[in-house]
Amino acid sequence: MHAIKTVSLTKYYGQSRGIIDLNLSVDEGDFFGFIGPNGAGKSTTIRTLMGLIAPSSGTAEIFGLDIVKQKQEILPSIGYMPSEASFYRNMRAGEIIRLSASLRHKNCRREAKRLCRRLALDTEKKIGELSLGNRKKVSIVCALQHKPALCVLDEPTSGLDPLIQREFYAILEERNAEGTTIFLSSHVLSEIERYCRHAAVIRQGKLLISDSLENLGHTGTKKVTIRGVDAPPALEHMKDIRKNGDAISFLYNGTPDILLKALAYLPLTDVDISEPDLEEVFMHYYSEEGKNFT
Amino acid sequence: MILFKHELRQGRNTLLIWSGVIAFMLGICIFIYPEMKDQMGDISGVFADMGGFSAAFGMDQLNFGEFIGFFGVECGNVLGLGGAFFAALLGISALAKEEKEQTAEFLLTHPVTRENVVLHKLCAVLAQIAILNLLAICITAVSILMIKESPEAKTLAWLFLAYFILQIETASICFGMSAFISQGGLGIGLGMAALFYFLNIIANLTEQAEFLKYITPFGYTEGADIIAKGSIDVKYLSVGLVLTAVGIAAAFYWYCRKDIV
Repeated sequence: MHAIKTVSLTKYYGQSRGIIDLNLSVDEGDFFGFIGPNGAGKSTTIRTLMGLIAPSSGTAEIFGLDIVKQKQEILPSIGYMPSEASFYRNMRAGEIIRLSASLRHKNCRREAKRLCRRLALDTEKKIGELSLGNRKKVSIVCALQHKPALCVLDEPTSGLDPLIQREFYAILEERNAEGTTIFLSSHVLSEIERYCRHAAVIRQGKLLISDSLENLGHTGTKKVTIRGVDAPPALEHMKDIRKNGDAISFLYNGTPDILLKALAYLPLTDVDISEPDLEEVFMHYYSEEGKNFT
Repeated sequence: MILFKHELRQGRNTLLIWSGVIAFMLGICIFIYPEMKDQMGDISGVFADMGGFSAAFGMDQLNFGEFIGFFGVECGNVLGLGGAFFAALLGISALAKEEKEQTAEFLLTHPVTRENVVLHKLCAVLAQIAILNLLAICITAVSILMIKESPEAKTLAWLFLAYFILQIETASICFGMSAFISQGGLGIGLGMAALFYFLNIIANLTEQAEFLKYITPFGYTEGADIIAKGSIDVKYLSVGLVLTAVGIAAAFYWYCRKDIV
């Protein structure tokens, strides 16, 4: 069964675009990264899944249940972390965590205590006195304390210090190992590369690609770095030409035969042909020409 | 129940301040009455002879020489206007504050239906209004005993009931509006309460504008009318009850459908 499955999910805010014709599926037990530039539609997708906004057309299911009609059956099994960690300012962190548990009619004291200790969160402080990072910790505890089957995390690590980030991902990996599906949106590509098994890229409201991290890395594109010349050979299928000191690098996705022949006639002192790293692949999806990358 | 308690907790300080101030003002007004009566004797003639001004505040029909007449005007201003401002404030912020403070995302992604959220918030608003009025009644009763007046209890009860309904109507109309806005809307709420008050004054001033009494809840809380008739004017009240129902229905209808962005 899919943890998340959307079919032609579309959301318009009046005239302006939210997401268009989104077909996304996330398997149960997956660790899934959702990436895209600001305004691409990540949060719109997540808010629609959480029932905060109603889709304009299309459908979506979580664990086989319709997100509109069966919202109340879905919500108990989701832990959601919004991108803005905003809470009632006059309440203490601990009170927020208890409120969240009691709204779920669950006693999560032990787990909450464990999470607070691991994240080094002071539960006695009032929300108004907490920094963004500490409010994020409150948000993490609220999303995880009831041991949900699916975690939906909207840019969870912004504002967290590196040590807590590492601890946070350690917790997520433990939960994932226990069978929890993790769906997170992020701007930090290295995070996605390091922790996720599958990832999807969204841009201008449309899903560009959704695949395993392994396949995303093997795009057929090569990163070529050469030394000893002032300009790269004039070839088709070249992109992203950069000069870095005496080295010239570019991405190439034509046939290797033509590339090698072109390079053979150049007075090169050094040549390196490799797979581009994932971050470079993602960057291309972010940018305008990303569409034709593969 | 969790949500209801949570709402009351969130509004505790506001409730304490408003009910404290209103009860204090009511007490003060009652305590100055004996002195006013002694100094000015039968002053109702003076007040009643100010033409349009007297009519605007309903003083042409009231006898200030009697405690109940004095109370009808003073109470009208303190509990009527003060209570209406408080009710408007509660109503307009009840739903909208969650979006303004960005806590809606937290609250609504828990397994609680939006209908439930609206219902509990509405109950919390009504409970807070009830608490304010109970405190006002207690302070009034104690103050009256202390100055040794003995007004007719039935008339007093009608007055308090009228102000209570006025506050519920104002709160419900603002509650309905609250579902449509995603910012604080404090200005809208306080503006509504002030508008209602002034509509009644205009209605009192000229007969051509008397229809305005149907629109404003101050139409059926006019102290002079209640004291003269011994009850609330049903024709104004019924419109008020319809507006109350419309406000509440609008809140349920819209909040359960709206996009939280």
